[in-house]
Amino acid sequence: MHSSAPAPSEEEIRGVVTPLASLEGPLLPMLHALQDTWGFVPQAAVPVLADILNLGRAEVHGVISFYHDFRRNPAGRHILKICRAEACQSMGANALAESTLQKLGIAWHGTTPNGAVTVEPVYCLGMCACAPAVMVDGKVVGRVDDARMDRILAEVGV
Amino acid sequence: MKIFVPGDSAAKALGADDVADALAREAKARGLDVQLVRNGTRGMVWLEPLVEVDTPEGRIGYGNVTPDQVPDLLDGKLNSLGRVEDIDWFARQTRLTFARCGVIDPLDLDDYAANGGLVGLRRALGMTGSQIVQEVTASGLRGRGGAGFPTGIKWKTVAEAEAPQKYIVCNADEGDSGTFADRMIIEGDPFSLIEGMAIAGLGVGATRGYVYLRSEYPDAIRILMQAVKIARQRGLLGPDVLGSGRAFDMEVRTGAGAYVCGEETSLLNSLEGKRGTVRAKPPLPALQGFLGQPTVVNNVISLATVPVIFEKGAQHYADFGLGRSRGTVTLQIAGNVKRGGLFETAFGMTLGEVVNDIGGGTATGRPVKAVQVGGPLGAYMPVSKFDTPMGYEEFDRQGGLIGHAGLVVFDDTADMLRMARFAMEFCAVESCGKCTPCRIGAVRGVETIDRIAQGDAAAIPLLTDLCETMKDGSLCALGGFTPFPVMSALTHFPDDFATLQEAAE
Ligand SMILES: Cc1cc2nc3c(=O)[nH]c(=O)nc-3n(C[C@H](O)[C@H](O)[C@H](O)COP(=O)(O)O)c2cc1C
Ligand code: SF4
Ligand code: FES
Ligand code: FES
Repeated sequence: MHSSAPAPSEEEIRGVVTPLASLEGPLLPMLHALQDTWGFVPQAAVPVLADILNLGRAEVHGVISFYHDFRRNPAGRHILKICRAEACQSMGANALAESTLQKLGIAWHGTTPNGAVTVEPVYCLGMCACAPAVMVDGKVVGRVDDARMDRILAEVGV
Repeated sequence: MKIFVPGDSAAKALGADDVADALAREAKARGLDVQLVRNGTRGMVWLEPLVEVDTPEGRIGYGNVTPDQVPDLLDGKLNSLGRVEDIDWFARQTRLTFARCGVIDPLDLDDYAANGGLVGLRRALGMTGSQIVQEVTASGLRGRGGAGFPTGIKWKTVAEAEAPQKYIVCNADEGDSGTFADRMIIEGDPFSLIEGMAIAGLGVGATRGYVYLRSEYPDAIRILMQAVKIARQRGLLGPDVLGSGRAFDMEVRTGAGAYVCGEETSLLNSLEGKRGTVRAKPPLPALQGFLGQPTVVNNVISLATVPVIFEKGAQHYADFGLGRSRGTVTLQIAGNVKRGGLFETAFGMTLGEVVNDIGGGTATGRPVKAVQVGGPLGAYMPVSKFDTPMGYEEFDRQGGLIGHAGLVVFDDTADMLRMARFAMEFCAVESCGKCTPCRIGAVRGVETIDRIAQGDAAAIPLLTDLCETMKDGSLCALGGFTPFPVMSALTHFPDDFATLQEAAE
């Protein structure tokens, strides 16, 4: 997915967000653009966004921290989201999540030591009629059992 | 030969892409002229990937196809389900909102128009704003996002407001577990939403629209963005909608993983680039919504149902239903269920019919224990309430709610104390932080349920009191309705809350 490049410069950050400045309500699209580019929202973006949008830095920071999507640190090369919501629970999602985290030796939001994968909780992927479901780098997989999970983990290089 | 392999993300999650690849490869190897269409889903998730072959007799379906079955399928050796339209699960539905979903190529505007699309918009273009609003009112359509508020009344408020700019905002945040109707219609028939928003714009005098689509749905985002682009190129959107001289255009915006942003005022804050905290009402979003301007906020299904109302007439729609719940409900049958998927039918079927008759009972084959209806803020309905008809008032009378019409089935292995704890935990994680009963109460709720689990019987009345406080003191339904799943679990499944002492006695 994203390589762990050096921290982006102010100029690079401006290059990503400035084209979006004319939108009505541009902050979320800008944050998504930053995360799409670097895999997280770099700290250095806060003063730049505050300047472009004429907001306080604390305000920008407050918005970033409100939303579960925005990461403030780089993630692993792949993102595995495991659904924790009710429909998936009814089909064994709790056990699936527990055994997966245990296999990887990490907790929620953790990254494997080799940097291959970060595991995040998600509350519903709209796959509730083929639960339990997970998402790997934006691709959904349904009716996930241990065997299917092992294949997924092998594919992402664990 | 024309073959359909759904491109819906649930079908893809069950291997549809691999089947499509195998079909393309095998057809090429055999020198067959196969036209592969990636349609939406027919809603029968239990049969996905559901491949359909177009024949003179109709579209013949093959269920749960795997890539290694493809050669047999092309040889005509694979067992078929017969005509898809005749499959009982499908034939029993009344498909109005979802009439085209799974039938057409989602991004083919001509296919859309050949199947009833744009008829409604053309009709609306010949009507005045107030006639349009009147038509929606007459259809009896109520918001499908959860609250069931009459759509016509909401539109009327916006229509009568004076402002330099008004907006149509589509709520595609669909955060409720057990729901996927919004995703399915966007992936399978995106033009119906676009058409519905355009009609709404004409009705209330709004020229601009936004769809706030959750980030968990990348396929839906991609498809809707493509559809908007096509609609613009073809003059369905833009300064001159279908050559009428009237303007309407729209944009797709991506959410950022906050459940509370499905609440309409939180959504508007988020759309404006703010923290997604809930706004106090009044002012109503209809009067002061996006950027302070009059705004219609409607759910995807509400808006995507508008075209068929204008195509077939308000009365046709209103003729379906039960009591004050008019038209069809797009049931989403999910969780531990044998035949899960989207089932559109007139309001009025009982909960038990939906779960047992349509859904076929649990996937595990064990007895049903509970069904959570209406998402994470909905009550757990015990089997003893299975005769409750699907209708807003009917559910309300049974202490439940229909919400966005998702049903999550649980078998007898479910631990209802654990589900109650999850409801509180979810509320704590997703609280916008504005009111204390929600923000702090949910955390206390988790602790209190943990005390019950450890055998502290005195904690049960504490939990009941806490739920009362949350119900009375919360600004929005996240804090205010979390007591529904918690209290229904406690009331209907007391054994799961029996303390260790009691169990020992
Ligand atoms: C916590 C919370 C989450 C909600 N989530 C959604 C949602 O995901 N989609 C939706 O359409 N409505 C949701 N609603 C309801 C909206 O506030 C609003 O009633 C709805 O968008 C209005 O559209 P409708 O009248 O077409 O249903 C939610 C409400 C609350 C309190
Ligand atoms: S009830 Fe909870 S989510 Fe709703 S406004 Fe209050 S704190 Fe926010
Ligand atoms: S609850 Fe897991 S996909 Fe909906
Ligand atoms: S981010 Fe403020 S309550 Fe969750």
